[in-house]
Amino acid sequence: MIPALTIENLSKEYGSGLKALKGISLEVQQGDFFALLGPNGAGKSTTIGIICSLVSKTSGRVAVYGTDIDVDFAGAKKNIGIVPQEFNFNMFEKAFDIVVNQAGYYGMPRELAVQRAEKYLRELGLWDKRDVPSRMMSGGMKRRLMIARALVHQPRLLILDEPTAGVDIEMRRSMWDFLKKLNREGTTIILTTHYLEEAEALCRNIAIINHGEIVEHTSIRDLLRRLHREVFIFDAVDALPETVTVEGFEVRRVDDNTLEIEVEKGQHINEVFAGLNQANIRICSMRNRANRLEEMFVNLVEGAA
Amino acid sequence: MTLREQYIALMTILRKEIKRYLRIWTQTLLPSAITMSLYFVIFGSLIGSRIGDMGGFTYMQFVVPGLIMMAIVTNSYSNVVSSFFGSKFNHSVEELLVSPTPNYIILLGYVIGGVTRGLLVAIIVTIVSLFFTQLHMHNIFVVVVIVLMTSILFALAGFINAVYANNFDDISIIPTFVLTPLIYLGGVFYSMDLLPEFWANVSKLNPLVYVVNAFRYGVLGVSDVSLSAAFGMIGLFTAIAWFYSMHLLNTGKRLRQ
Repeated sequence: MIPALTIENLSKEYGSGLKALKGISLEVQQGDFFALLGPNGAGKSTTIGIICSLVSKTSGRVAVYGTDIDVDFAGAKKNIGIVPQEFNFNMFEKAFDIVVNQAGYYGMPRELAVQRAEKYLRELGLWDKRDVPSRMMSGGMKRRLMIARALVHQPRLLILDEPTAGVDIEMRRSMWDFLKKLNREGTTIILTTHYLEEAEALCRNIAIINHGEIVEHTSIRDLLRRLHREVFIFDAVDALPETVTVEGFEVRRVDDNTLEIEVEKGQHINEVFAGLNQANIRICSMRNRANRLEEMFVNLVEGAA
Repeated sequence: MTLREQYIALMTILRKEIKRYLRIWTQTLLPSAITMSLYFVIFGSLIGSRIGDMGGFTYMQFVVPGLIMMAIVTNSYSNVVSSFFGSKFNHSVEELLVSPTPNYIILLGYVIGGVTRGLLVAIIVTIVSLFFTQLHMHNIFVVVVIVLMTSILFALAGFINAVYANNFDDISIIPTFVLTPLIYLGGVFYSMDLLPEFWANVSKLNPLVYVVNAFRYGVLGVSDVSLSAAFGMIGLFTAIAWFYSMHLLNTGKRLRQ
């Protein structure tokens, strides 16, 4: 099957001499939900900018569903929907007009454009706001408006550059549900985000980019499998003794009712419970100290630095 | 993109442009009508009555073609420069850049948008002028062609200015310090015959001289320059401006990083 996106030896050097991308290669399969992660300034937005023609590449090859952007950029663009990081619509235009106009730029007849605009504005909960100038909308509404605009020509590849930045938790969850549904229906999705739990919850595959280089390109499951240790937080029912030990584990007493215990790869959490039982410590709840992917991300990025 | 898809994209840009300047008509259409009315009153009726005839016509009849052309030039230019720079400033130009719309359709959409505003203002100014004087059309073909060519040329010039502009000051520098002096020195208010030979020759380097005189020929049948020279100059400048604008779009200069 032709990959949804192929990037080969992609480089970008700005006029200032800054090398934003240093020959990265990447492949995203059709139907994938793919996360592109990296710290600020790593090269994520530059990569996305090149794919959708907002940034000119210095060298390398990009193909969207087999169409090389140097050979037929218009053909490639038809397959791409982009939701950028910054709001990039006319703040004086109404939401409905923004979506319908975008359809027009893809050559879609007005009648169909109007139907599609209604469909996506309804699905994203913006139909009631269709006649509201975009400047009057909240941040979350503007984000959803950009998604509706990106989908109006029904692209096969949807690229979202931090789509949930500044969006409240409830809205973020509803956007996740919408994106999951879209992906189930066959749209390939590439997501950049700073919320690593978002990548963990939504994506199947991942690439981590740092200083313009891909430092990891694998499945999320594989990445998590490689995590060597995890820290769990245990909440005790009763006050803890001054010293708590569980054989084979590193234990830290946080306060009178809270323990932090490190579990190495190969160890079992049952052993922790057995040890705690032996010490007559009753546990009422347990959780991870930090997002697992976040820990891995920090290790990879710091390792590459 | 198929031809039909390109046509739809063009119409979308054009509809958006027309809607934009009609929505803010008090900033786009009304000022020209008021300014030109003042010109007609002051230069035509009050001062003009003391000047007497010029080129065989009353002073009011003489200045009207130039004033109409002045409205076309400034409005075609300012429509494109403000609209395209605005879309660059708020990044909404990216809506077009990420789409498969060809660059020449983008350029054509903005230029035709500017031309329609230029023509609309020209009609308004012409109607206003009829309250002050009578106008006869000497050659309708020349009038139509010169109006279209001029508005296309200045819409393209506005586009180039918008691409290079970094802030709102940059889109007012050219109209204030270049366009307005060229218009005033382009024979709107006087005949070239009144100038000493040296300054008359210098004036021939001013493209607005050809624009104003060709239009005056179409309306009154008199001109200080030859018609073929006027068409040639405007056509040449339009071709240069078109190809340069396309070059800017194709290379993405100041539009893409």
